[in-house]
Amino acid sequence: MPIDKRVDFTAALDGVADGATVFISGFGGAGFPNALIRALRERGPKNLTLVVNSATHRYSLTHELIANDQVRKVICTAARGHDKEPSPFETRWMAGKIELECVPQGTFTERIRAGGAGIPAFYTPAGFGTELTKDREVRRFGNRDYVLEPAITGDLALVRADTADRYGNLTFRYAQMNFGPVMATAAKLSVAEVRAFTDEPIAHDKVQLPGLYVDRVVSAP
Amino acid sequence: MTSSDMTSSDMTSSNMTSSNMTPLNRLQITWRAAQDIEDGQVVNLGIGLPVHCSDYLRPGIDVIIQAENGVIGAGPLAAKDKADSDLVDAGSRRITLNPGASIVDSSWSFAMIRGGHIDVTILGAFEVAANGDLANWDMRVPNRGPLVGGAMDLAASARHVWVIMEHTTRKGGPRLLEKCALPLTAVRCVSRVYTDLAVVDVTPRGFIVREMIGMSRDELQAKSGAPLSFAADCKALTAPPIALPE
Repeated sequence: MPIDKRVDFTAALDGVADGATVFISGFGGAGFPNALIRALRERGPKNLTLVVNSATHRYSLTHELIANDQVRKVICTAARGHDKEPSPFETRWMAGKIELECVPQGTFTERIRAGGAGIPAFYTPAGFGTELTKDREVRRFGNRDYVLEPAITGDLALVRADTADRYGNLTFRYAQMNFGPVMATAAKLSVAEVRAFTDEPIAHDKVQLPGLYVDRVVSAP
Repeated sequence: MTSSDMTSSDMTSSNMTSSNMTPLNRLQITWRAAQDIEDGQVVNLGIGLPVHCSDYLRPGIDVIIQAENGVIGAGPLAAKDKADSDLVDAGSRRITLNPGASIVDSSWSFAMIRGGHIDVTILGAFEVAANGDLANWDMRVPNRGPLVGGAMDLAASARHVWVIMEHTTRKGGPRLLEKCALPLTAVRCVSRVYTDLAVVDVTPRGFIVREMIGMSRDELQAKSGAPLSFAADCKALTAPPIALPE
């Protein structure tokens, strides 16, 4: 059967269950899969762990999942809201209703990369001697100290890209790429929303994420 | 009259031969830091004040600005009608690309940072200790979530870590300290600090003042929380007039 990963939104999140660990791409205002985030809210799974750079970002709809009480834990690099009033995340976190794991950004992305690359843990110098790594194993290599950081794998990745072909190959516009490629490698089910499907396969030297990492693509112009 | 009573008009009046007694404003601090960026360097500028360093690079030098969201060769802010919501820096500012630019994903961007491929990072800070420890990510703001972003990776792994900050807190307390009180970003990482009062190197022998405004050494020491030594060729710290935005 010819490979064709293009689906519509009704089928995009089939199989997603309560308790899932969900990666959500996006950083600096670019690459948020907001149509898929909406679809996840409508599907309504509970007790999710979100792995997302910012718990709250003004261009992302991640906060809607949190406000809808679908989230039990957030792994992120930025948990601060941007308004004077506390964000939906901050109110729930302060009330002890949501767990937070704050991670240095390079460690965050490398833990996800490792998860998709079959590496269970790695040593990094980032965060050594800080509160964020106080529970980590420390090892000295040469004249520096490093902390052991575990990989992150997940059940679902929601990724925003620019174009997709029927093989699930993806291209990204400018800084839209950010965490999308590694997140897609580390999830059991990876779903990408794109501005446009291309009828012809994307040329091999234009593919920025090979379709083997992408299970489903939906159109979200 | 204390130095803080001086206005910029005093600076430009008759006594230009004497050294500048007015603290630098925030943009003048970024200007001073930018003068030390060298031709050909790869530079990462922190969110907030440090990004303004790119406005004050010395004429004729060619620098590659790396933004940790993966933009290598970030250019000036985009004009309103050219702004593209997908072309942003780590601070969500809509930017342009300089000739020769490229864009990679976050993992490659941080592999570049951890791997020692960034010559200089310029970061804002709350506190710097005499051993180079840096505290710049968590003010322990009540009722707000923490925000670390890429600061720990940059501070741990850039080849040179420079800091831009006011010499003292709003309440007048020192920010140059024997030991940081706020949560650390990284240990023993800062090599140079630019403040409104001085340019200070962080060395195995502690803080060494390279440049300072026209105040006495005792006054500067009184505004610092760790012993200062002074370079034999300690110079006057000056910057051209730069107006702060309204």
